[in-house]
Amino acid sequence: MNVVSLTPTDLALAAGLVLALAALSLPMGLAIGKQLVIAAARTVVQLLLVGLVLNALFDNVNLGWITLIAMAMLLVAGWEVMARQRYRLIGWWGFGVGSVSMFVSTFTITILVLLVVIDTEPWYAPRYAIPLLGMMLGNTMTGIALALDRLTQSTRQQRGLIENRLMLGHTWKQVIEDIRNDSIRSGMIPTINAMAVAGIVSLPGMMTGQILAGTPPLEAVKYQILIMFMLAGGTGFGTVAAVSVAVRRLFDERERLCLERIREIS
Amino acid sequence: MSRLRVVKLSNKFLRPISLSVPSGKCLCLSGPSGVGKTLLLRAVADLDPSHGKVFLGNLEHMSVDGPAWRRNVGLLPAESHWWLERVGAHFAEAQIVGLEQLGFGVKVLDRRIAGLSTGERQRLALLRLLNQRPKALLLDEPTASLDPKNVRRVEKLIATYRSKHKIPVLWVSHDLRQIKRVGDLHLRMTSSDPDSMK
Repeated sequence: MNVVSLTPTDLALAAGLVLALAALSLPMGLAIGKQLVIAAARTVVQLLLVGLVLNALFDNVNLGWITLIAMAMLLVAGWEVMARQRYRLIGWWGFGVGSVSMFVSTFTITILVLLVVIDTEPWYAPRYAIPLLGMMLGNTMTGIALALDRLTQSTRQQRGLIENRLMLGHTWKQVIEDIRNDSIRSGMIPTINAMAVAGIVSLPGMMTGQILAGTPPLEAVKYQILIMFMLAGGTGFGTVAAVSVAVRRLFDERERLCLERIREIS
Repeated sequence: MSRLRVVKLSNKFLRPISLSVPSGKCLCLSGPSGVGKTLLLRAVADLDPSHGKVFLGNLEHMSVDGPAWRRNVGLLPAESHWWLERVGAHFAEAQIVGLEQLGFGVKVLDRRIAGLSTGERQRLALLRLLNQRPKALLLDEPTASLDPKNVRRVEKLIATYRSKHKIPVLWVSHDLRQIKRVGDLHLRMTSSDPDSMK
């Protein structure tokens, strides 16, 4: 396995692409040149920092540090879930529903896979733990954000219908069932689609990376399959959990619809 | 068979109000828009958090769960909503009472909701509610989008149901002539002081 190590010159050449694009956008009046350069600069800085952190982490394997990093990742993902919703639950719930569901589903599955499937020594070896958790969080975050967004939007739009059914004496569960199922489905569709086209339309990013870094394709494929299943499980369970909790929050103990518990973020 | 009694019912948007409708009687509510007629009906059906009490006979609304209470006091909203493709799917009952009285044949049950006129929806929404056998009726302008012939049909059907089952009816209407026709009692809500009457 020979990894062709990239030199700064190699990366500078690639950066030239971005600069050329930015230069092109100027005369065309696209007004994205500045954004493009800033985003590219962020990529370099953020990834280098992560690289340094990972390097340090790999050199001293310590459960405390790993837990700290994992928690930081979770908080950012939880924040992101909340920020992506146009209508969110007020108070602690807006952040809590997504974060707690993500925590339960991604941490459980990741730890299970580390302990049982990959079986490294120690089980929390950061080489495996951190990238796996990162992918799990990224995917689950997207699923939960999509599902919650769908849930709150549909509920607002269908307020009249929901209340008419409540007037007829239907229970909150009967009334919200369709919206709940639609929301869960919309959270899971990206993951299902990704599994369906994996390897045909595109090579998944992780597998590509491994192959570029010199891993034999079949080894990379096995890892990719493992990852795909983990992601499906994590996203699915996380989405179901988040939507189930949020749905309960939309009704009070008298089974009235409580739209004042959702606030629009402009 | 049981009287509807509202005792000092109030919420964020509704000033305290008390009223009582004897069984088999109809109390008409009128008043300018925005005075809280719809909010009062919603509060009686326990759709908005409120203070005060509502009794149907001896049954206090907080003594049963929300859906059970709402099945007892049937609220007909000004605009009806439908969630399934066809009319018939919204009725749980095999034998639907009142179709002919409102000018429908059984064929209407096969029709698509999207193809119904506003008036048809309003009449069918009333049938949907009555067929659940509510023990009190809260009607929010039940004839607002109907032609005169159907207005009479609806009034007659409600009167029949009311006297047959001896239930109290709370009826929001803007039409004074209608109030004279259908109401035993009339309460006019005003913005300054929603006065109560027995």
